[in-house]
Amino acid sequence: MRRVAEWVTTAAGAFAVYLLLASFTGSWGVWAPDELIAGAVIALVIGLCTGAYVWKRGGWRLLQPHRWLLFLLYLGGPFFYALVKANLDVAWRVITGRIKPGIVRFNPNLTTDAGRTFLANSITLTPGTLTVDIDETTGDFYVHWINVKDPSPTADDVCGPFPKWARRVAE
Amino acid sequence: MNGLIYTFLAIGAVFNALGSVALLRFPDVYTRIHGATKCTTFGSIFSILAVAVYGIVQGGGAGGTMVVRAFLALAFLLLTNPTGSHALARAAHRSGIKPFRAVVDRLEEAQHASPDGHGSEGGR
Repeated sequence: MRRVAEWVTTAAGAFAVYLLLASFTGSWGVWAPDELIAGAVIALVIGLCTGAYVWKRGGWRLLQPHRWLLFLLYLGGPFFYALVKANLDVAWRVITGRIKPGIVRFNPNLTTDAGRTFLANSITLTPGTLTVDIDETTGDFYVHWINVKDPSPTADDVCGPFPKWARRVAE
Repeated sequence: MNGLIYTFLAIGAVFNALGSVALLRFPDVYTRIHGATKCTTFGSIFSILAVAVYGIVQGGGAGGTMVVRAFLALAFLLLTNPTGSHALARAAHRSGIKPFRAVVDRLEEAQHASPDGHGSEGGR
């Protein structure tokens, strides 16, 4: 039963993305009927192939709609602000060549795969920090930092408010 | 509206150019990943925003398609770019490339502390 639920939700998600991709293609509603058929077949195959992996270890929580709202809020607010600041900073480092690189370790105390992926992707997307490895058992993050201010930093030193938001959105 | 499109395109082009300069100027693979994928991401975000604004100006079915697909492309970019950068960096570190002039390398220290390397990830 659980298996079937996993397949169905994954297929539904894939189908929704396909519908977005194929929007405005036909006169039958907004989608052409052949697009709908192709999308359903592809979504079914994707659901059968990946359904068993997507919802592992607390992934179900990602389906709660208030997390989606928080995620959009995060993208538009604190994340975009950090992105702009860090992009200008790295742009300046590109021009002046002033770097002080190193790989630092910190532990943001995240327990789920979704939360860790969320934080790791946020860190890597922000210029100046790059997630190199994660210790799966302890949850330690190893991050390449282009301007090491402190060889043993806390999570807040490296990535500001990101761990807090990772906990809010994905844990 | 045209002014907005040109502004977005200009910002995108500047950051893409800086990304390419970073590839030439930075000394090793990790710092180059910083420069290239990140300036490119920011550059691409603004190029995609320009496309979206153009789509809104055009209006109708064609414009709508453009907007929706531009934002889908942005979503996929934001998902795949960090994943790819992370995979590159991890592979580089595992194949023994040291970060150039590193002040500190905690990952190296951690691997020396446990001789079997990443024993905890054995099952994956």
